Amino acid sequence: MLGYALRRSLDAALTLTVLVALTFFLLRLAPGGPFDADKEWPPEIKANIERRYGLDQPLPAQLMKWMADVAKLDLNESYFYQGLPVRELLAEAIVPSAWLGFWALALSLFVGIPLGAVAAWRQNSWVDFTAMFASVAGVSLPSYLAASVLVLVFSLQLGWLPPALWETPSSVVLPALTLALRPLCLIARLTRASMVEAMGADYVRTALAKGLPEWKVVFKHALKNSLLPVVTLLGPLTAGLVTGSFVIEVVFQVPGVGKHFVTAVLNRDYPLVMGTTLLYGVILVACNLAVDLAYGLVDPRVRVERAA
Amino acid sequence: MRPNAGAPPAPRLSPPAKRGRAIPLPPHTPLRGAIRRFRRHRVAVASVILLLAFAALAALAPWVTWFEYDAQDINARLQGPSALHWMGTDSLGRDLYTRVIYGARMSLAVGITTALSALLLGTLTGSLAGYFGGGIDRVVMRIVDVFYIFPVLLMAILLTLIFGRGFSGIFVALSLATWVFQARLVRSLYLQARELPYVESARAVGATHASIMYRHILPNLWGPILVALTYQIPANILSESFLSFIGLGLQPPLSSWGTLANEGFRAMRSYPHLILFPGVVLFLAMLAFNYVGDGLRDAVDPKSRQGFMG
Repeated sequence: MLGYALRRSLDAALTLTVLVALTFFLLRLAPGGPFDADKEWPPEIKANIERRYGLDQPLPAQLMKWMADVAKLDLNESYFYQGLPVRELLAEAIVPSAWLGFWALALSLFVGIPLGAVAAWRQNSWVDFTAMFASVAGVSLPSYLAASVLVLVFSLQLGWLPPALWETPSSVVLPALTLALRPLCLIARLTRASMVEAMGADYVRTALAKGLPEWKVVFKHALKNSLLPVVTLLGPLTAGLVTGSFVIEVVFQVPGVGKHFVTAVLNRDYPLVMGTTLLYGVILVACNLAVDLAYGLVDPRVRVERAA
Repeated sequence: MRPNAGAPPAPRLSPPAKRGRAIPLPPHTPLRGAIRRFRRHRVAVASVILLLAFAALAALAPWVTWFEYDAQDINARLQGPSALHWMGTDSLGRDLYTRVIYGARMSLAVGITTALSALLLGTLTGSLAGYFGGGIDRVVMRIVDVFYIFPVLLMAILLTLIFGRGFSGIFVALSLATWVFQARLVRSLYLQARELPYVESARAVGATHASIMYRHILPNLWGPILVALTYQIPANILSESFLSFIGLGLQPPLSSWGTLANEGFRAMRSYPHLILFPGVVLFLAMLAFNYVGDGLRDAVDPKSRQGFMG
C-alpha cells in the first residue's frame, strides 16, 4: 500500500509539472501581452517594464525561474493588481470559493444519496419516476439558467436573498444551490443505479428473511455497499465543483479563485493565471489521489488485488 | 461439371412450413437487437424526433425565419412576443426567434463537429495505446492524464487565447479539451478486445496490425463509442454555451444558445423573455440528448438496463 501510494504521488507530481508547463506555453504563445495599452509605449519604457518582470528572458528560462520561485512558495507579484503577491490574492480568494464548494458538496452528498436511495427503495413508483426525471432535468439544466431562475424568484420577486456579490452570510445560498445542482443529480442517479443492484443481492434477502425492518436493511446494509461508485465519482465531482464554481463565481460576482482565473486570462496577468492553475492543479491531483487511495480503504478487494 | 451433378438434391434440413404457421424471423444481429430495444424506449424515441426537428429548423434557418439574424430595428426594441416576433426582440431590435434558430445552428454545429473530431483523435490515440500497450501506452496515457485532470472549460479558455473566439477557434479548443475522454474509452475497449479469440485468429492468418485494429476490432466497438459520442455532443454544446455565457466564447454578432443566454441574463430583471426562450430551447435540447444517450446505452448494452433510467 505504501509503495503504491508513493508511486501514485510521483505520477501526480509529474502530471502537475506537465500541466503547469503546458499552461505556461499556451499563455505565452497567445497574442497580446500584459502591458498592451491603447497607446503604444515608447520602446525604451517597454523594454524597461519587460526587464523589471523578467519578460525579456527566453521562455524556458522564465518557466524555470517561476518553478524555482514556486519551490520557495513564492508565486510572484500580480501584474494587474500591482505590487500584490499572487499568494496573498489567492489566499484571500480561496475563502469564498472553498466555502461555496463546501456547501455545494455537502448539499449534493446529503441530498443526492438519500434521494437515490429512496428512489431505489421505491423502484418504479411515482417517487422513483419523479426523482429520476428531476435528476435528468437537473443534469440538463445549464447552471447559469438555474442561476437565472433562482435569482428571478428568490431575489427579484421575493427579495429574500441577495442576487449577487459576497457581502452577507446569506450570499452563499443561491450560488451554492446552483453549484450543487449538477453533482447532486449525478450522485442521485448513481446511488439509485448501484442501490438497485444491491437490493437484488443475496445478503439483502437474508437480512429481510431474518426479520430486520425493511428501512434498516435498505439504508444500512444495501446503502453501505452501494457507495463505492459514489466514492469513485468524488474525484471528477470535485473537478466539476471547481469548474462549475468559476462560471458561478462570474455569474454571482463572487470574489473567488474562478473569477480571478477568468479576469487574469483576459488581462494577460501571467503570474495570477499560473498561480490559479497551480492551485487548481494541486486540488484536482490531490482529490484524484485521495480517491484512489480511499478506494483501497473502502473496498478490501481492491487492496488484495493490488497486493497480489 | 460438378462432381455430384447427377445426385438427387440434398434433403432440406427444415420441413416446408405446411403444418404450422411460419414465423419469419429477421436474422439476429447486435445492431437489429439494439434498434429493437431502443424503439421500446419511448422517451428516447420522442427525444430523437425533437432533436431531428431542431436540426431541421437549424439547417433550414434562412427559410423558416423572416428576419436577418443580425438585422437591427431601432423602432422594435425589447418587444414581448407577438405574431410578427414570436419570441419578442432584443435590446437592438433583433428578432429573438430568428436568433434562437440561428443559435441552434451554431450550437448544434459546434457540439457535433467537436464531438466528432474529438472522437477521431481519441480513437486514433486510444487504439494505438490500447492495442500496442507498452511504451506507446505509457506516453499517450501520460498526456491524457494531464488533459483529463484539468477541467475542460479552463483548458478551453486557455486554448481559445491562441485559436481565437470564432467558430474555428472554439472548434479547435473544445476538440483538444475533450478528446481525452474518447481516448480513455477507446483504449480500455482495445485492451479488452486484443485478448479475444477473433483477434488472435486474425493475427494467425497474417493480418497486419492496421487491419486488425481498424477492420477487425473497431467495427465491434461501435456500441460504446456511439453512446459516448451521444453524451459528448450535449456536453460540448454546454461547454460552448458556458464559454459564450461568460463572454469568452463566440463573439457577437454570431449567436449561439450561450451568447443569447448571456444577453438575456443581463436584461433579465426587466425583460425575462430574453432569457426564457433561449433557455427553454437549450434545456429541451440537453434533456433530449441525455434521454437519447440513456436509451442508446440501454439498447447497446442490455446488461446495464438496470442503470440510471430504470
